[in-house]
Amino acid sequence: MTDLTNLSIAELRDGMRGGDFKAREVAEAYNAAVAAARGLNAYTVETPEDALAAADAADSGKSTGALAGIPLGIKDLFATKGVDTTAGSRILKDFKPPYESTVVANLRKAGAGMLGKLNMDEFAMGSSNETSAYGPVISPWRRTDGSNVSLTPGGSSGGSAAAVAAGIAPGVTGTDTGGSIRQPAAFTGICGIKPTYGRCSRWGIVSFASSLDQAGPMAKTVRDCAILLGAMAGFDPKDSTSLDQPVPDWEGALSSNLSGKRVGIPREYRIDGVPDEINVLWDKGIEWLKDAGATPVEISLPHTKYALPTYYIIAPAEASSNLARYDGVRYGMRVEGVKTLDDMYSATRAAGFGAEVKRRIMIGTYVLSAGFYDAYFTKAQRVRALIKQDFARAFEQCDVILTPTAPSAAFGIGEKMSDPLAMYLNDVFAVPASLAGLPAMSVPGGLDEQGLPLGLHLIGPEMDEQTVLNAALAIEERAGFTHRAEKWW
Amino acid sequence: MSVSPEQVRHIAKLARIAMSDEEIERLVPELNAIIGWVEQLGEVNTDGIEPLTAVIKQKLRLRDDAVTDGACRDAILANAPGAEHGFFAVPKVIE
Repeated sequence: MTDLTNLSIAELRDGMRGGDFKAREVAEAYNAAVAAARGLNAYTVETPEDALAAADAADSGKSTGALAGIPLGIKDLFATKGVDTTAGSRILKDFKPPYESTVVANLRKAGAGMLGKLNMDEFAMGSSNETSAYGPVISPWRRTDGSNVSLTPGGSSGGSAAAVAAGIAPGVTGTDTGGSIRQPAAFTGICGIKPTYGRCSRWGIVSFASSLDQAGPMAKTVRDCAILLGAMAGFDPKDSTSLDQPVPDWEGALSSNLSGKRVGIPREYRIDGVPDEINVLWDKGIEWLKDAGATPVEISLPHTKYALPTYYIIAPAEASSNLARYDGVRYGMRVEGVKTLDDMYSATRAAGFGAEVKRRIMIGTYVLSAGFYDAYFTKAQRVRALIKQDFARAFEQCDVILTPTAPSAAFGIGEKMSDPLAMYLNDVFAVPASLAGLPAMSVPGGLDEQGLPLGLHLIGPEMDEQTVLNAALAIEERAGFTHRAEKWW
Repeated sequence: MSVSPEQVRHIAKLARIAMSDEEIERLVPELNAIIGWVEQLGEVNTDGIEPLTAVIKQKLRLRDDAVTDGACRDAILANAPGAEHGFFAVPKVIE
């Protein structure tokens, strides 16, 4: 019998419906795979009983939704009722929410079970998973040079990406503030989509930067992403930024026929210092989309180079405000033995937050402080308006934009930790779409010369996830990316 | 603009994060590198551009001014590091 952990979600679903295997067998296969892969440090909490319960509900006909009996991994940023939700931080150690985040509730409504909570950068701040209080996730991928160096799966959804790539979850939730779904998807050779801002409810997701945070799925295939996104998305009155719009049948409308579509190629994304193989893959991507019937057009996004500095004002500013709630009073840890309330706040926050989170809170507090607010924060919001305008103009000339996902393949753990700016640059291609709130997706394109996955990145106009998914499907069909990390764990 | 150790100490106070002198010393060059880098936004002409506050245009919805949940005190207090008599407990504020 085929190894169930090799199958896509669509194959699992169809196999269960067709009676080829039981949901319980699927859950058991995944529970065993999760337990055997602890060396990757991808899961922070395992919930095998939860996966089995959803499987039994599917097998007995009690649940018949789109994801009946499919076990999923859930990023630790999503509140899960009664199950530790820590955002990868010491300050939320042992926090067990008395409520379910809307996205997870939606997935459960569709019949999905939970394999466990997935490791991540602390409060989603990082591009390599090294800021997690649980220690870094190790990518299942290794370079072909025989060095066996531990590589990062990317971040912040690094546990999520590693879980799909290692076959210890058929699909997972991620969140993306400035590339946290797309960059790890690219690093691990899987698919991941960040939908239009507001498609997925942020209610019950631990906040990082509220005007940017957006949940999305990561999975082996484009079709699986369409299935998962369909179950995750939807209007939620509990989130004031949730879009009151119907959820299209993205899976049903999947088509890789792109005739009549124009693909924008932004000239500003040819950046000095990016390895040749990234640009070579980008050119291949253009050819694949042409083959699918699309016409490439050169476009200009003139404010591209200002996206990262804009992001690193807006995101920390919003973070400093969002993270003010962690003060040792209502939940999470508290440092005892201090005299005053003020001392308790500052001692708790000093002990509870890691270095990167503190750095970003400090930057955010600085740019929001009296005398600097207009010079930094308001200025960044104005530049953000220009970046959004760039995209609006570009989409008068094209239907979807193609770029590389990240400026490199996965790097080694520890290689970039000493230089925050070098780390921030890893999201250079992903951040502009986040600032503009647009749907964007990474799909595997090929391997670099060291045998590591590289991703291609598609950006669509707001609300048009379908064109993004369709273009990604066209690339998926032509790239023939079937590589999997060789099992060593 | 660049920050001095005194300013960083002040920011840490505003952010309610206790920091040792060594931490402050280490943060000064890190913050200055990041601040120096974001200052390239000064090159962009933003005259007459409205600051973007809502990335996808929509009206802010208001809900009815009515109680939508409640009677869940125990759930609210369940994760508190200190709770007494149905309240959050904190160190003494007034002597």
